[in-house]
Amino acid sequence: MRSVRRRPRGAAAVVFGGVAVWLTVLLLLPLGALVVTVAGSAQDVLTQLTTQQAFDALALSLTAAIVSIVGNGVFGVAGALVIVRQRFFGRSLLDAAVDVPLALSPVITGLGFLLVFGRSGLLHPILDALGITVVFAWPSVLLATLFVTLPFTLREVALVLEEIGDTEEQAAATLGASAWQTFWRVTFPNIRNGLVIGTTLTTARALGEFGAVLVVGGSIASRTETATTFIHAAIEERHEAAAYGMALLLAAAAIALLWVLQRDRSAITTQKGGV
Amino acid sequence: MGIRVENLVKSFGRTRVVDDVSFEIRPGELVALLGPSGGGKSTVLRMIAGLEAADSGQVWLDGERVDHLHARERQVGFVFQHYALFRHMSVAENIAFGLSVRDVPRAEQRERVDTLLEVMGLRGLGDRAPAQLSGGQRQRVALARALAPRPKLLLLDEPFGAVDAKVREELRRWLRKLHDEVHTTSIFVTHDQEEAFAIADRVLIISAGRLEQEGSPVQILDDPATEFVARFVGDVNVLPGRVSGDQVHIGRVSATVSGLPDGADAHVVVRSYDLKFWREDAGPGTVKRVTTIGDRVRVEAWLDDVQAPIFAQFPRRSSLLTGIEVGCRIAIEIAHARAWPVADGDARRLGGAA
Repeated sequence: MRSVRRRPRGAAAVVFGGVAVWLTVLLLLPLGALVVTVAGSAQDVLTQLTTQQAFDALALSLTAAIVSIVGNGVFGVAGALVIVRQRFFGRSLLDAAVDVPLALSPVITGLGFLLVFGRSGLLHPILDALGITVVFAWPSVLLATLFVTLPFTLREVALVLEEIGDTEEQAAATLGASAWQTFWRVTFPNIRNGLVIGTTLTTARALGEFGAVLVVGGSIASRTETATTFIHAAIEERHEAAAYGMALLLAAAAIALLWVLQRDRSAITTQKGGV
Repeated sequence: MGIRVENLVKSFGRTRVVDDVSFEIRPGELVALLGPSGGGKSTVLRMIAGLEAADSGQVWLDGERVDHLHARERQVGFVFQHYALFRHMSVAENIAFGLSVRDVPRAEQRERVDTLLEVMGLRGLGDRAPAQLSGGQRQRVALARALAPRPKLLLLDEPFGAVDAKVREELRRWLRKLHDEVHTTSIFVTHDQEEAFAIADRVLIISAGRLEQEGSPVQILDDPATEFVARFVGDVNVLPGRVSGDQVHIGRVSATVSGLPDGADAHVVVRSYDLKFWREDAGPGTVKRVTTIGDRVRVEAWLDDVQAPIFAQFPRRSSLLTGIEVGCRIAIEIAHARAWPVADGDARRLGGAA
């Protein structure tokens, strides 16, 4: 029997080669270089990453991620239920509005937040009276992260809701279940996978956000500096080891998240063809 | 539970899917809502269950108006066409759902589930996931789930539409038996007349959002109220005819009718079993096709005078079939026909039986 895995020939070989070069240049080289560089100066990286400033930056990034997961998790499920299950005037407008954070450059988002919460912003008098500073303080980082991660959970959950339809919910109602019982016992278990995927995407985006948090937070060390703005600052200050170390850390986190995503997507595919 | 429905109206967008429907159902009856797909029968059923709100009209259950009540408060069992089983729950959990949301004690739930599994022929399947069951089994689980809280009214929306013919037959007989044992008032929606006539005490014919006729299967078969019902029920021929006195002539063939204006053009509706064909070389028809379907033979012929097809069915060993073959000429006798004036469409019946 001849080998099934033949070498690509002719046009196929050209396409194959092109893809290989493309992926190497864009993906493998930068990631590989990062690994090699960090490995080459491991001692240096370790000392620079165990500073208080690095810890604080990581902690703020993680906090922003957790706040986004919880906040946009609750909002995403509620919003998806409203958009998919309710019919009301302006529904399609709301549906489109949800995707704005995907289309808008984070820098513009940051500027918008400045105009609302900044020193001469709309809400400044109220915030001032309450003694709350948002801009150039940690709340701005949380707000900006919440904004850019808004669509992910909502979209994933909406997709699942659309696909499973509402007859199970109707069945639950005819069996005497209250709206609350129907949600927790019928709807929620059905959307759990969508929720996991949405959460994964939210986490990846929250950890990776740069532009918006830089504009509204200003990247003040140990106060508004996140993992990404830490890298930016470290490069500016020629602390290469710190920058590469933190970058590798974030890359590893992203790859771990991708792995979770892959696993869950396939779980959903095998679950389909259900009832 | 008795049901009364008064002047129900429902539109989706600009389409009026239910148009002033009223009827009454006595406690313990098994009633079929029969009609073509898209005729509004399912919407009527869903309005009784509270899954759909009527634009106007009233629903009364047990002498009480329920229009303001949510589906969960009506205590009506509902069986969906595509089962709508809870996919992440086991069969037993599905059946117990209506009991557990009402906080029925665990032991009592288990007992009821076991009984229903037994009655439904699902013993030993309690731990299965719905995805592991066949279509017929899933529909029985859906039925068991609907019956578990002991509803006084059971509504079934095309309950056997999604299973294959053989299983459907079995489920039908089985629903009738179940109804006789449990004695819940039951309404089921179907577009399959055989199904409706086989198991229902009473049949309500609904088309284009309107109630065309209600009655026992025999009443509807023998005395269709409208041309629509006459055409819809049974295997029928619709032939072009002209009235002359108490006769309607379809070319050289004629039938007795009454109450139609002399000289009117009419649609003559003749059931396939109210016809006699026999071989005769001077007859008005030519045999085009002879098909054996189980214990019956279907003969299709062409009427040259009026340029229309006609078909009849005979028992397989009938003496009428002697000599009948494709291409031969036949004589035709109509034992029983009904006629409606052409212009009047589906209006009230004017022509009577012979």
